[in-house]
This record gives sequence, C-alpha cells and structure tokens, in this order.
Amino acid sequence: MLLVDILLSGLILGGMYALTAMGLTLQYGVARILNLAYGEVMVAAAFTAYVLFTGAAVVPLLGLLLVLPLAFAANWAIYRVMLVPLVRRARTRAALETDSILATFGLLFVLQGIGFVIFGGQYYGYAYLSAPVSILGTTVAVNRLVALGFAAVLAVGLYWLLTRTRTGTAIRAVAVNPDAARLVAIDVQTIAGLAFAAGGALCAAGGVLVSMFLTFNAAMGVLFTMKALIVVIMGGVGNLLGALAAGLLLGLIETAVARLVDPGLTLAANYALFLGVLLVRPTGLFGRPAR
Amino acid sequence: MRRVSAAVLAALGAFALTSTASAQAASDKAVPDKVRIGYAISKTGPFTGGASITTLPVYQLWVKEVNAAGGLKIGDRRVPIEVVEYDDRSNSEEAIKAIERLASQDKVDFILPPWSTGLNLAVGPILNRLGYPHLAVTTNTNRAPELAKRWPNASFWLGLPSDISVEMVAVLKTLRDQGKIGPTVAMIAVSDQFGIELSTAARDAFGKAGFKLAYDKSYPAGTQDMQPMLKDAMATSPDVFVSFSYPPDTLAVTDAAKVLSFNPKVFFTGVGTAFPLFKQRFGGNAEGVMGIGGWNAESPRLKDYLERHKAGVGREPDRWANPITFASLQALQQAIERVGVDRAAVVKELQSGTFDTIIGTVKLEGGLLKDVWAVGQWQNGEFYGIAPSKKDGARAAIVPKPSWGP
Repeated sequence: MLLVDILLSGLILGGMYALTAMGLTLQYGVARILNLAYGEVMVAAAFTAYVLFTGAAVVPLLGLLLVLPLAFAANWAIYRVMLVPLVRRARTRAALETDSILATFGLLFVLQGIGFVIFGGQYYGYAYLSAPVSILGTTVAVNRLVALGFAAVLAVGLYWLLTRTRTGTAIRAVAVNPDAARLVAIDVQTIAGLAFAAGGALCAAGGVLVSMFLTFNAAMGVLFTMKALIVVIMGGVGNLLGALAAGLLLGLIETAVARLVDPGLTLAANYALFLGVLLVRPTGLFGRPAR
Repeated sequence: MRRVSAAVLAALGAFALTSTASAQAASDKAVPDKVRIGYAISKTGPFTGGASITTLPVYQLWVKEVNAAGGLKIGDRRVPIEVVEYDDRSNSEEAIKAIERLASQDKVDFILPPWSTGLNLAVGPILNRLGYPHLAVTTNTNRAPELAKRWPNASFWLGLPSDISVEMVAVLKTLRDQGKIGPTVAMIAVSDQFGIELSTAARDAFGKAGFKLAYDKSYPAGTQDMQPMLKDAMATSPDVFVSFSYPPDTLAVTDAAKVLSFNPKVFFTGVGTAFPLFKQRFGGNAEGVMGIGGWNAESPRLKDYLERHKAGVGREPDRWANPITFASLQALQQAIERVGVDRAAVVKELQSGTFDTIIGTVKLEGGLLKDVWAVGQWQNGEFYGIAPSKKDGARAAIVPKPSWGP
C-alpha cells in the first residue's frame, strides 16, 4: 500500500520534472544551445495559460493548442535571428556553447523584464482540475496526473519521431556529429533550428501544464532552468528517454525519502543521486561515452 | 533605475507658497524645498514576490498620497517627497551597496527598508552606522529585542516569531479547554530561519500547553510536492495541522490538503495565507483557514485603506505586513512633521513618540511594536485577526474548519 503510494506519487512528481526538462535536452543536445532563458520561456507560457484561463475562460489544455504553435514560432524566430549568427561565427562546439550561454543569459533578462513590466513581481496561480482521483487506492490530483500523462505522450511521441522518421534521423545525426551530417546533405542549420523550436514548444507545454498546480511569478524562471539542467545532465544531454528516466528517478527518490526517511532530506537525496549517477556514468544515464 | 517621482506639480505649488511666505520660511531654519527619500527593494530575484505585495506598492501609495496633499508638513510649509529607487536584486550585497549609494551619492534624507528578514538584518549595520532611521517592518526574528538595543535607530514592527507561535497555541488551548478540539497536532515547517524559529517556539508552547505533536517535520524550501508529507501527517489523524510555510508552499499545502480531503478541525498555514491570492485561488474553500497575521476588517480606517490601495495600486493588499508597513510610513511622516528632517531627532521621536495610524495608535516599546495581530482566520471572505484575543476587534475562531468543497 505504502509502496504503491510512493511509486505513484513519485512517478507523478518525476513526470513533472521530466516534462519541464525535455525541451532543454533537445535545445542543448541537438542545437547545442545551452538556453539559460529556458525557464523564462516556461514562465511566459504559464502566464499565457493564466491569462487565457482567468481572462477568456480558455482551459489550459485547450490553451496548449494556441501556446504550442506560438512557442514553436517564437523559438524558431529566436534561433534564426539571435542564434544563427553565433552558430556561423563559432569555430568549435565549445565556442558555440560559451557564446550561446552569454546570449541566452541576456535573453533571460529581456524576457524577465517584460514579465515584470506586464505582471509585476507578485505571485500568480489558479485552480484547474485540482480534484482528487483514486488509483489503486492512492489519492492523486487530477491536474498532476494530466501533466504526467502529457509528459509520457510527448516523450514517447517525440522518441518515435526521432527514431522512425527521416527528419528525426537527421536530428539525431546532427546531435551526434554536425560535421559529418553535413557530408550526407543534411541542412544542419535548419535541423538545429527545428530542434531548438521543438524544444521551445515542449518547454512551453511544460509551463502551461505546471501552471495548473504551481504558484509562479516573473522571477521564478531560474528555478525551472536549474531543475531542468540537473535532469538533462543526469539523463544524458540530448536524450529524450534519458530525461524522462532521470526525471522519474528524481521524483521517486524524493517521494521515497519524504515518506520513509525524512522530508528534510529530499533535496540532499536528489543531489546525492545526481552525483552518484555522474560518478558512475559521467555522460549521464543514456549519454554517449564520448562526443 | 533611478526615478524622480512626479512631484513637479507639487513642487511648483510649494514654490508658489514659499515665495509669499519666504520671510517666514527663512526664520524657520533648515526647511528644505524637498525631502529626498530613497530605497532599494527587490524588483528581481526570489524576494520579488513578497516585496511586490507587502512593501513596494505601499511605498508608492504613500508617496503618491503625501505628494497629492502637497507634501510633508514641515513647519508651516508643505515639502514634497522626491524618490530615488534601486533594485537590490534580492541580494544582500546589492542592498548594502545601494544604501551606501543612497547615502553618499544621492544624499537622501531618509531611507526606507528592503523586504524580508534577511535583507533587513543585512542592511541593519550600515543604516545604524550612517544614522538613518531603520523601519525594519518585515523583519520577523526572535533576536529583535537584542538587535533593537544594538541598533538604536532600528525598529521592529511584526512582533516576534515566538509571539506568533505562543499566541497560536493560546488560541488552540482555549479551543481545547472548550472541548472543541483534541490534543493531537501535526506540524510542518520550511527549514530556514523563519520556519525554524516559529516551529521551535511552537514546539515549546505545544509541550507546555499539553498538546501531543504526532507529526513534526521540516522540508527544504522549493519542495514542489507536499502530498507525501500531508499523507503522513494525515495518518496521525491530527486535530490541528500547522504549516510554517512560504507563499508558494502555503498554496501547495492547502491545495494538496483539499485534494486529499484532509480535514483537521484547525488548518493553519504560514506566509501567504493573508494574501488576496489565497482567496482568489481557493474561493469558498479559504473559509476557516487560519494563518499568520490578520487585520480588523471592520475598522473604518482599514476599510478606507483597502479602497485606497485598490484604487492606487490596482489590487488588494495582504492582511498582515502590508498595512503595518503603511502605518510605519505614517509614523515616519508624523515624526518628520514634528521634528523636521534632522535624522537623529526623527530616530528619537520614532522610538518615544505616539503615532496615529491606519492600524490605530502606535507606540514602540524598546524599539518593538508589540501590539500586532499574530493569528488571523478567513471568515466570510475576509481575513480577520483572532489573536491576541485582547486586541480591539478580535474575532472568535470558527472551529471546526468547514470540510473542503469541490
């Protein structure tokens, strides 16, 4: 009973972690952009969901239909306008990573500033699907369960796209070796832009879904970016299933420690797991040995 | 970053007055043509959420109201306020640097405090060294009496965490003596200074009052799932559930309790319970929830303040530190109007004077305002103060809390 309870609650929490990290793994793993403004995009999506829900009575799940294409387009534009010049200039991957960190660090402040101007600094939140549902005798919140469902669908769906379609194969090729990908007539810049935009859309989906149960304000993006980075690095950069596994693992450990040991040690347990994984597999759970 | 407030019109008005009364003003030594007031407040970073509900809007509202009236009344002249504002980025180093700059470069006459216990403790030494009055309103620490002795320029306005816990336990003890609740308590607290001070004092008071602490855990700040803790707390079937939490956690705890149909007779949550967001998020389910703070919503002056705040800021204030912050500014204003812009004299007046404010008559004792609400409860859509019970307007607690609705 307690075990089922821990498993289920842990998976739901972990699903949220995975959901909020999958976009970053695409952006960082394929487009090689370590997007520090990732959390800000997520908060922007959360605010959009909030405005749609409280202002126009559009429920967040319908709101996704609007937010996803919008986020895809916006991130595509960000990549084309802001990041392509960096990609052109960069001689090596390491140089691109450094440049992109600096550029997106600036973007972070721009997005955050816009958030502060429009919404001020105070907290926002709304109640949607905050109802109990019983599964195997365990009570869970519907909105969190929905978020887990979306995380699973998005991860599996994208995994399928990446492994079963031509574009997906091209994306993976770019992730593994952009130089060699060029040799087989893959337009690396377009593919990388596509991955960045898809990552941004995933990130926005995460923002919309967590806004159903988390309280947020314009200052909170950094917290999301930090958590996502941990999940991405632990799962193996660029690997969607890795992000899913790492997120679920973190959620399970956190819940198990809270129930069986002490809630005060959850953070310590999370970082211990993170360190442990990196000691055994320095490139993450599903990471490649060398890149 | 720097902003000079729109006091131009007021300044012109004052200028017109001065020209007629210049002879008199000349005899009236040291009356400036404007009073420069500076502050560094968290406009970015993790403290933004608190600062932008409790502190910054109050500063803006107060300056607007004072300047609309022509300014501070010093001698028989009206002197408008000019504002210098910085962002401390929720960072104590930045806050200290900003205050040094306000004093040395901007040469402001008065400095208003930052938001949070941590930042106020960080800027305490420098404000003391520079001799500025320090209205450390949003500072909640048991060390306040000792700090007030060390920094005679500082004043503390929120009571002590131990007072909050002791008053809360006093309310619960009365309820138990009336046979309305049993002795079992479950308590969780965020593991930082705030949570530790409150829970330590509460643990002690619960022990003395003969309550049984069946569940007593702390959690790290930023925890995103409260259900595991609540499930274990629920398993002890407590009569009372107490959570010394921060705003996002307070909302998450309440939400999780609702989802789990966890219905203890008393449900007490920490910072954030007194926020209008709480009512907006939970609607009718807020009814009966107790928390830190409260106000006497029947008081005509607070009713008037609520309307002014809604009109001036565009939203409602929180029902704990926000009105107290405004009262502290009224005290500062009255002190300046009594003794002028001489900072040492203002410090002395703040410590010894009696002030007429929206929260009633205010008189500090040993640098501390002790007469403040410790416990409030949502009753009919308003967060009324219920303890200390001797305070004017204190309401009786509604127990048991109604069960959570859909």
